[in-house]
Amino acid sequence: MSTVASEEHHDEHHPSGMMRWITTTNHKDIGTLYLWFSFIMFFIGGFMALIIRTELFQPGMQFVDPQFFNSMTTMHAIIMIFGVVMPAFTGLANWLIPLMIGGTDMALPRMNNWSFWILPFAFAMMLSTLFMDGGGPAGGWTLYPPLSLQTGDALPFVIFSIHFMGMSSIMGAINVVATILNMRAPGMTLMKMPLFVWTWLITAYLLIAVMPVLAGGVTMLLTDKFFGTSFFNAAGGGDPVLFQHIFWFFGHPEVYILILPSFGVISSIIPTFARKPLFGYSSMVYATASIAFLSFIVWAHHMFTVGMPLAGELFFMFATMLIAVPTGVKVFNWICTMWRGAMTFETPMLFSIAFIILFTIGGFSGLMLAITPADFQYHDTYFVVAHFHYVLVPGSIFAIIAAVYYWLPKWTGHMYNEFWGKTHFWLSTIFVNVTFFPMHFVGLAGMPRRIPDYALQFSDYNQIATIGAFGFGFSQLIFLGLVIATIRGGAKATDRVWDGAHGLEWTLSSPPPYHSFTTPPNVEDEWNWFTREHYETVKTRS
Amino acid sequence: MKQKYLVRSVGSLFGLMIIASQNAWADIQPYNMTEGVTDISKQVFDLHMAIYYICCVIGVLVFGAMAISIFRDRKSKGVTPAEFHESTLLEFIWTALPFVILIGISIPAAKVLIAMEDTSGADMTVKVTGYQWLWRYEYIDHDIDFYSILSTPREEIYNQEPKNDNYLLEVDNELVLPTNRKIRILITSNDVLHAWWVPDLALKKDAIPGYINQVWTVIDKPGIYRGQCAELCGRDHGFMPVVVRALSPEDYDAWVAEQTSQKNIAVIENKQAVLSN
Repeated sequence: MSTVASEEHHDEHHPSGMMRWITTTNHKDIGTLYLWFSFIMFFIGGFMALIIRTELFQPGMQFVDPQFFNSMTTMHAIIMIFGVVMPAFTGLANWLIPLMIGGTDMALPRMNNWSFWILPFAFAMMLSTLFMDGGGPAGGWTLYPPLSLQTGDALPFVIFSIHFMGMSSIMGAINVVATILNMRAPGMTLMKMPLFVWTWLITAYLLIAVMPVLAGGVTMLLTDKFFGTSFFNAAGGGDPVLFQHIFWFFGHPEVYILILPSFGVISSIIPTFARKPLFGYSSMVYATASIAFLSFIVWAHHMFTVGMPLAGELFFMFATMLIAVPTGVKVFNWICTMWRGAMTFETPMLFSIAFIILFTIGGFSGLMLAITPADFQYHDTYFVVAHFHYVLVPGSIFAIIAAVYYWLPKWTGHMYNEFWGKTHFWLSTIFVNVTFFPMHFVGLAGMPRRIPDYALQFSDYNQIATIGAFGFGFSQLIFLGLVIATIRGGAKATDRVWDGAHGLEWTLSSPPPYHSFTTPPNVEDEWNWFTREHYETVKTRS
Repeated sequence: MKQKYLVRSVGSLFGLMIIASQNAWADIQPYNMTEGVTDISKQVFDLHMAIYYICCVIGVLVFGAMAISIFRDRKSKGVTPAEFHESTLLEFIWTALPFVILIGISIPAAKVLIAMEDTSGADMTVKVTGYQWLWRYEYIDHDIDFYSILSTPREEIYNQEPKNDNYLLEVDNELVLPTNRKIRILITSNDVLHAWWVPDLALKKDAIPGYINQVWTVIDKPGIYRGQCAELCGRDHGFMPVVVRALSPEDYDAWVAEQTSQKNIAVIENKQAVLSN
């Protein structure tokens, strides 16, 4: 425990109470802030989803006004994407990247503090628009003009808060890149980094590349609305479709920003519980990079129905289908990692297995959506809603939950309660399917998305989906209770926590010292990611 | 022995599911994509089912392998984990094989797409304009021009009266089209984005201010085909359905004659009224 011993020599005069959290520059504190922020927003966004599902329980208008319904769908999406999944991944990056690469902290600690503390203000501003004249934004999270320009007083506030979220993400991404490229322990070459670090490095480049594009697009909306420009106004010589191209040039890489770190999480968890090295490490890295590259040349598949030239439709169809190849490689690699291993099924492993199966189902519907002629039928129906919820909820969200269960004993020093973890898993997995699987059917049967009321033939499946949504939502309270209970106490976690765990973070104490590796761990040439013994090697050397 | 049994039962379960789903689709058609009533819509349906079955087969193989591993490779069974972590041959195969499958599906998909985009040689043209929240239909070759608004009463929407079978899918003036003629449909918008969608015709195209999109169709059989606006267009986006009434060419011609004569009478009456003042 040399690291713990050295910690005692440090001056630890950081402020306590509220000021500790406001002024902190420590990667663990900031990671915790990000994760809690994301957790709170998860319940707010989830509450909005339940309002949507309640109105859709039966045909007819029962509870809310259609305009409010539209602002619920809009804000649910913005919150879940920018307020839940992205901050949760940044929180995981903050906590884990310095531990995984053998660094002391993030490379840019003050900027780290700022990039987090922007977020509560951004979302407070966005949520406040619900009380403004004209209500919250109701034009869909895609903000397509001319409809989004019909928004009332909320528009400039929403755009400003999106600018804030973008700045926060870009700063977070710069910090991740700077940390990974500069703070690795000696001997930790790029191709020895854990996959979580690799996927985050690639994600960070995607963020830096596309967040400014979104910022530019929404700024053009702002000038169209208030300063008399006509970027998107056909009557003034502008082009409404231009916004869609700009938006999706951001939006498609954004989709991978929301999933690539999950790939990293799953690639960490599966080998641990299969007690077998990750299959095809280098092909995983190349597959991630290929997905990132392809994400820049497929954006128009979100807008096949705008009336593109035939050549464009063909190009975007072929390019989109190509994404199935590297994504398939990843799934095959995970299954091959499990193959002939010696598996146990603790909660993180259960969530990871559910991730692979359900994300793959989302991938299948994605492949179906890539077929342009069929997409004309699927586009803007509940089939699409089912597709992206399958890749985002049992995809990204399950990976985040798996990561929390997996690293929570390391973070807190306490084991979580396995019974409640498994209960949470089974309830979540059952209800997530009850919620989203029927949406495939109503979508194929012709139910458009973003409608507050529907024709009678869609009633049965909508009722099932609503029941599932309530079940899923309330199951997450178990998770909340479990996390709080684990922070406050529980069985003492060992340093390694899981007997199959690999990587530098498991060589530190649980919880780890406030400053992670004050002396770089010894990661010499003989340190080998692929051998089962490396944990012991590093442990004894450091 | 036990393992083999498990593997076989899981395999046959997946097999049964596919067969069951095949038969089930016929019965519960409302929960699958419609086959539609045009040559193109049937081709689209076939593509949809083809890619669906491809996904099913891949799913059975991938999830099957996973299930075998989950049942067999358990620590509780006292197995020693293997050490292997790469195989160039395997990785090559599972990169190359999806390419072949994708090429196999992309060729028929491209053919259908090319056919869908060929609007040449149309017999007639109808212009569709989206408004918040109604549709306007203009028959370019005749002097016919009308608006089409949701006809479901408010009392049904607000649960004061029982809902009729075509709840939210009924309009005051249906778009009347002939069967067996190639119809070119021009689609545009007067305010925000809309999308004109009739599932049975496999037609969905955005209505965009400043743009005129075009699609075409040849309807095979007479009937009433219902759809909805498919692009979020504001408060009443869920309340602007599309209803197409397809008539045989003779009935359609009679309908056109009736419309134009009514219109002429209306115009004459109007002129007379103006003159007499």
